[in-house]
Amino acid sequence: MKNYWHSVTLESELCNGCTNCLRRCPTEAIRIRNGKAKIIKERCIDCGECIRVCPYHAKKALANDLSILNNYKYKIALVSLPLYGQFCLEKDINKVFNCFYDIDFDFVYDVAYAADILTVLQKDLVKSSEIPKPLIATLCPAITRLIQIRFPSLIDHIIPFESPMEITARMAKREVAEKLGVSMDEIGAFYIAQCPAKITSINKPLGIKKSYVDGAIPISKLYSKLLKIYKEIDNTKKIQKASGKGIGWARVGGQSFAIGIDNYLAVDGIENVIKVLEEIELGKLNNIDFFEGYACITGCVGGPLNVENPFIAKSRIRKIASSFGDSEVDKKEAYRMLEEGKIGLTEKIKPLSILKLDSNIQRAIEKMEFLEKIYKKLPGIDCGSCGAPTCHAMAEDVVRGKASIDDCVIKQRKKISGSRG
Amino acid sequence: MDSNKNNIGIKLEYEVKKDDFTRAGEASSNIKKVLRQLGIDSDVIRRTAIATYEAEINIVIHSEGGTITVYIKPDRIEMIAEDSGPGIEDVRLAMQEGFSTASNKIRELGFGAGMGLPNMKKYTDEFYIDSQKGGSTTVKMTIYI
Ligand SMILES: Nc1ncnc2c1ncn2[C@@H]1O[C@H](COP(=O)(O)OP(=O)(O)OP(=O)(O)O)[C@@H](O)[C@H]1O
Ligand code: SF4
Ligand SMILES: [Mg+2]
Repeated sequence: MKNYWHSVTLESELCNGCTNCLRRCPTEAIRIRNGKAKIIKERCIDCGECIRVCPYHAKKALANDLSILNNYKYKIALVSLPLYGQFCLEKDINKVFNCFYDIDFDFVYDVAYAADILTVLQKDLVKSSEIPKPLIATLCPAITRLIQIRFPSLIDHIIPFESPMEITARMAKREVAEKLGVSMDEIGAFYIAQCPAKITSINKPLGIKKSYVDGAIPISKLYSKLLKIYKEIDNTKKIQKASGKGIGWARVGGQSFAIGIDNYLAVDGIENVIKVLEEIELGKLNNIDFFEGYACITGCVGGPLNVENPFIAKSRIRKIASSFGDSEVDKKEAYRMLEEGKIGLTEKIKPLSILKLDSNIQRAIEKMEFLEKIYKKLPGIDCGSCGAPTCHAMAEDVVRGKASIDDCVIKQRKKISGSRG
Repeated sequence: MDSNKNNIGIKLEYEVKKDDFTRAGEASSNIKKVLRQLGIDSDVIRRTAIATYEAEINIVIHSEGGTITVYIKPDRIEMIAEDSGPGIEDVRLAMQEGFSTASNKIRELGFGAGMGLPNMKKYTDEFYIDSQKGGSTTVKMTIYI
């Protein structure tokens, strides 16, 4: 097994073995074993559905706390796009950015500015025929993983650019190192995170060898601190740098709006994204130029580590986006960065065929026949009591040697009551 | 699922109902899932999905209902779409890109470009269609793995 690392984890003392997460997981990555949920690591895409749905808050995102700042001499805050939507509109967002200085950061960067840079490049990419249509934008790493696992034939459609977070981290670290004349090792860049998918993409990056980001601190952990500091400070160094369009990337549809195209599809919510990817795979949407998909309802403002209600935050983003100025990004500058290797992906995104039953097709077919035989013996009511999300998943677990058909509670009950199972 | 002694394989069978748009696409989506579990190459999966989807939709739109049967063997995937009529008047014409008898209503749903049959042929390695007016339509397709 490859070494998987996931931000989404289970705090087992809090888990009471209910089946809420089991049913909601879009990749059937959860099983209940011995009364506790277990995450099958190779299947998890860190979409955060289980975190959202767990009534006992037993699922959480592994992240850093502020103590990680002590490991570095110079500290950079990479402020994520959704932060824009977390405060009432009366608050000066640039002042919010300044609050990070009072949480021990030496430098603060506006990640949304990198969205402005990407907007310039994506605009041209849509016009070219380099990549098959629809282009798939992957601001959301959960969607990229989903494509690797369930829609590998669509990997070619993925826009081969890094995320705003990563681009900002590279830019910020270089700038700071140059300015201070210090080595990059002394500088720590920390993402103010809205979701576990982003945190996982720092530890297990997609399309690049190593992330420039050194840690992630959830927005939710800093929120009350920021509110408090906001009341106390009055210094206002100009940090906020992004245009309204760049900021707009925080919500579903924002990328398409920024690029200024009509012929796009913007989809939020992991189940909805799956449905549309199915259609794209069937070639039914070849007439669409651009697709942006998000695991979270409303887009990244709906990420599980935000504080504000996703719909309120989304509406704010829309308002902010229309009231902020135009992008200052120079087209030449964007292309220079691309040519200097500061934007493009360097590694191929590979299919992950983790769903296969066997690497030998003959044996896989035999196992599939066995699977169907077992499935026919199960009641087919998908009750979840055995710990698998569906009877079909249960049959699969039996074939993979991960469960026994006797784990079926309904069958057992029938046996005990004497009727045929 | 049938197991044939000298030639192992899997049989998948789906009933496709006339005019049932809500379930259209279910068969091909299901077939895709099975193929993924078998570790089949993603391009083959996509082509199989397209071919079975188009066959499925044609049964929904143009026929009285029928079945899609898929045999998965170690070296190939065989697909058979069969319905209970009313058949195609001129198969050669139906095979032409852009030819469609779909009503305006159907076109509003996004079908009726006249590309289904041509695409089935394009994405499969072997394609065979048999149909007469008043009789049933049978489409047989094979993709080699
Ligand atoms: N199973 C069938 N039974 C009866 N007629 C059929 C059947 N399949 C296809 N046809 C006829 O052949 C024509 C062409 O089929 P084809 O699938 O190529 O296009 P379409 O279904 O009309 O449009 P599209 O597939 O692009 O949505 C149909 O319009 C219909 O008249
Ligand atoms: S939509 Fe945004 S917030 Fe939600 S998982 Fe994806 S990247 Fe994270
Ligand atoms: Mg058709």
